[in-house]
Amino acid sequence: MMLQASDISTSRQTMSRAGTRTLAILAQFARFLLVAMTTYFGLLAVTFFIGRIIPVDPVLAVLGDRAPAAVVERTRREMGLDLPLIEQFYIYIKGVLQGDFGRSVLTTNPVMEDLRRFFPATLELATLGTLIGSCVGIPLGVLAAVKRGSWTDQVVRIFGLVGYSVPIFWMGLLLLVLFYVKLQWVGYPGRIDVAYEYSFTPITGLLLLDSALQGEWTVFSSVVHHIVLPALLLGYFSLAYISRMTRSFMLNELSQEYIVSARAKGLSEARVVWCHALRNAAVPLVTVIALSYASLLEGSVLTETVFSWPGIGLYITNSLQNADMNAVLGGTVLIGSVFIALNLIADLLYRMLDPRTRVQ
Amino acid sequence: MNFSKTNFTRRTWLMATVLASIVATTPLAMAETPADTLVQGYALDEIITMDPAEAFELSTAEISANIYDLLVRFDVSDTSKVQGDLAQSWTISDDGLVYTFKLKPGLTFASGNPVTAEDVAWSFERVIKLDKAPAFILGQFGITGDNVTEKARAEGPDTFVFTVDRPYAPSFVLNCLASSSSAVVDKKLVLDHAIPAVPSTDYKWDSDFGNDWLKTHSAGSGVFKLREWRANEAVVIDRNEGYHGSKAKLARVVYRHMKESAAQRLSLEAGDIDVARNLEPNDLEAMAKSELVDLVEAPKGTVFYIGLNQKNQRLAAPEVRQAFKYLVDYDAIGKTLIKGIGRVHQTFLPAGVLGELSDTPFKLDVAKAKALLEKAGLKDGFSVTMDVRNTQPVTGIAESIQQTAAAAGITIEIVPGDDKQTLTKYRARNHDIYIGQWGQDYFDPNSNAQAFASNTDNSDRSKNSTLAWRNAWHVLELTAKTDAALMETDSAKRRAMYEDIQRTVLETSPFVLLFQQIEVAGVRKNVRGLKLGPSFDTNFVGNVTKD
Repeated sequence: MMLQASDISTSRQTMSRAGTRTLAILAQFARFLLVAMTTYFGLLAVTFFIGRIIPVDPVLAVLGDRAPAAVVERTRREMGLDLPLIEQFYIYIKGVLQGDFGRSVLTTNPVMEDLRRFFPATLELATLGTLIGSCVGIPLGVLAAVKRGSWTDQVVRIFGLVGYSVPIFWMGLLLLVLFYVKLQWVGYPGRIDVAYEYSFTPITGLLLLDSALQGEWTVFSSVVHHIVLPALLLGYFSLAYISRMTRSFMLNELSQEYIVSARAKGLSEARVVWCHALRNAAVPLVTVIALSYASLLEGSVLTETVFSWPGIGLYITNSLQNADMNAVLGGTVLIGSVFIALNLIADLLYRMLDPRTRVQ
Repeated sequence: MNFSKTNFTRRTWLMATVLASIVATTPLAMAETPADTLVQGYALDEIITMDPAEAFELSTAEISANIYDLLVRFDVSDTSKVQGDLAQSWTISDDGLVYTFKLKPGLTFASGNPVTAEDVAWSFERVIKLDKAPAFILGQFGITGDNVTEKARAEGPDTFVFTVDRPYAPSFVLNCLASSSSAVVDKKLVLDHAIPAVPSTDYKWDSDFGNDWLKTHSAGSGVFKLREWRANEAVVIDRNEGYHGSKAKLARVVYRHMKESAAQRLSLEAGDIDVARNLEPNDLEAMAKSELVDLVEAPKGTVFYIGLNQKNQRLAAPEVRQAFKYLVDYDAIGKTLIKGIGRVHQTFLPAGVLGELSDTPFKLDVAKAKALLEKAGLKDGFSVTMDVRNTQPVTGIAESIQQTAAAAGITIEIVPGDDKQTLTKYRARNHDIYIGQWGQDYFDPNSNAQAFASNTDNSDRSKNSTLAWRNAWHVLELTAKTDAALMETDSAKRRAMYEDIQRTVLETSPFVLLFQQIEVAGVRKNVRGLKLGPSFDTNFVGNVTKD
């Protein structure tokens, strides 16, 4: 009897422990959902009301300057702009909840369709830029930290400073003059040569991936030619930030006691730096890289303008200037989602890199 | 360990070499556009639709002119006349109300459908019933949704009859029929794509007349047909193989959206585009010296001006209006800011239009302006604001005027803003001074005469939005003169009337006309036959060839 009772109580305990854990995970998920929803709602509300308050007449974007007064009045009613602001917002939110972000005035397409077309261009460029920035920036930062105060450190610092402070559009134009006009090494403008633009059918919108998947290597080469310069430029820009941050994180780690003990153990300097110090510096570095990736994903308007790159930054800026609020709101939600997603990913990476964060 | 390390390095090298060779294989071949395709770099962000019944932008007018045919079209060599396009001939009734057009025989649309008078009538009907921005061009002839089927009707397969409400000057009627909103669309094809609509108080019809479909497709009988329009990316038109006249020489024309002048110049130099359409003065200057590029130019129907809001008591004084006309350094602006893209022009009708006047009585004269200001009791000057769009050459001109006005004691505070933002303010008459540009709605003197010299209702709730109204310039007498010129059937007399109106405006108006736009295109030397017309809807590309 006794034995049985204790058995039951143990199994109950196990069950309830498992239950608490599921509950905790559920609660965490619910909290996350709540935060995400509030963030989205706040984003939409702020953008919506700013959009309605700016002194630009949205009807002007639809009709241009020349439409007769009667047509202007009618269009205003059709667009629901004569309704109270709150009601307009309510109608908009209702649409969004049904997955309808409305139509863009400028392109006449549904906003979702536009985003699906413009975002891959930015995604491709930003991903390459961040890859370049991290692959070059982290080693440079480590190098600068290890050789602190030496001329290597100075060179890396100046290199980074230039990347961070030179206006990106100016550098873009200079690079274009050199590599495109004079040397003819790279392609321009846009994402692909005109010759392929209307014969090649993309699948995902990520042209490098699409052309590789379809085995269209001449197209792939054209895409590489077009993306290499803006990607390098964005890469340089994020490299500047990443290398600086890596350096300071590394300096912090290298002065810790565990480094001394690692060295005392007789480990090679390379192992100390790359396996011990960098591994610990990696945690804050993840945040830095995620932030820099996010800022590139917002679409770097200037780079996109200089390279005639049909990306999301240009799309939102254009829409904003033309008071095309549906497009701006859709773009804002997209960028909000990018930030939320990257935050989640960074969280997951934390857990992988730092065991302490796994403890409940 | 050692072995795998070298192996790894070797593999890395191999991959790097492969990548590098992919990148390096085609560096020279790529800087060339396909031989049967003309690629134009063009700022296309203003396009919102391709439907001729809805579009009212200059770039759309240009593309439309290459896709669609009209009843009549401007004679490019003398734009004060029109010639038959789809119409073989036309007659005007003695009372000046009924225009009867005879179509050329055997015409077909790009779809293969025959072009009939019924298509013409239906095209007019959909413009009026859709009632979009350009509808007023036909609407001003007393045509409404209720009477359009009667006023614009087919009499048999090749006779189209158009009835107007008053005996207008025939040149005015024909000029309006030559504007791109009167394009003839393929009724059968468009009806196949029409979407049913729910009639409401604002829109009485049960169909969208194919508007949704025509936004991104074409249904014309012109030299080209629309292949695709991708907003902010490109417009692509293909040769219409069944065109009734002489066919286009090139198979395809790509208008590629490029916003920046510098970007257009770079691609033009490298040969990735054949034509650059939006070059700014400094890039033009560089291109003028280039061995690879020719410059082609034509004066266009757009004039730049500043408007002085008469709601501002100080600007309302006749002497102050006059003084501003002496406070612009026309010479300096002409030699620098608008060099190559415009020429000084002080009357409201651009050169090339019936009744044009080339008088330039004003030049910078600070002393005279000061004397005028003193006469107005403003010896010590005053302060005003000027709303300026953030684009060149407008910003530069505004700064120049700011300087010269300061010499006479007038302090101008420049309020920069986006295009739509300044325009919203201007349309609400909340500005002091606005610097802007005005292109004709259609190629007839009445368009600009109405804009600059007609305002019968100066109240804030007025239905009209002419430039005279926007600057609160109430001109009953001048409006009457503008109306009279519209009804003058004798072209010579009509011309004289517009000259007279322009002289009055020159002398007394709150408008300081600055310059007329010249459109310049940088064209690669292997491109032949590219001509710019006097208006955007005469920039034809059918005759262009490439060596």
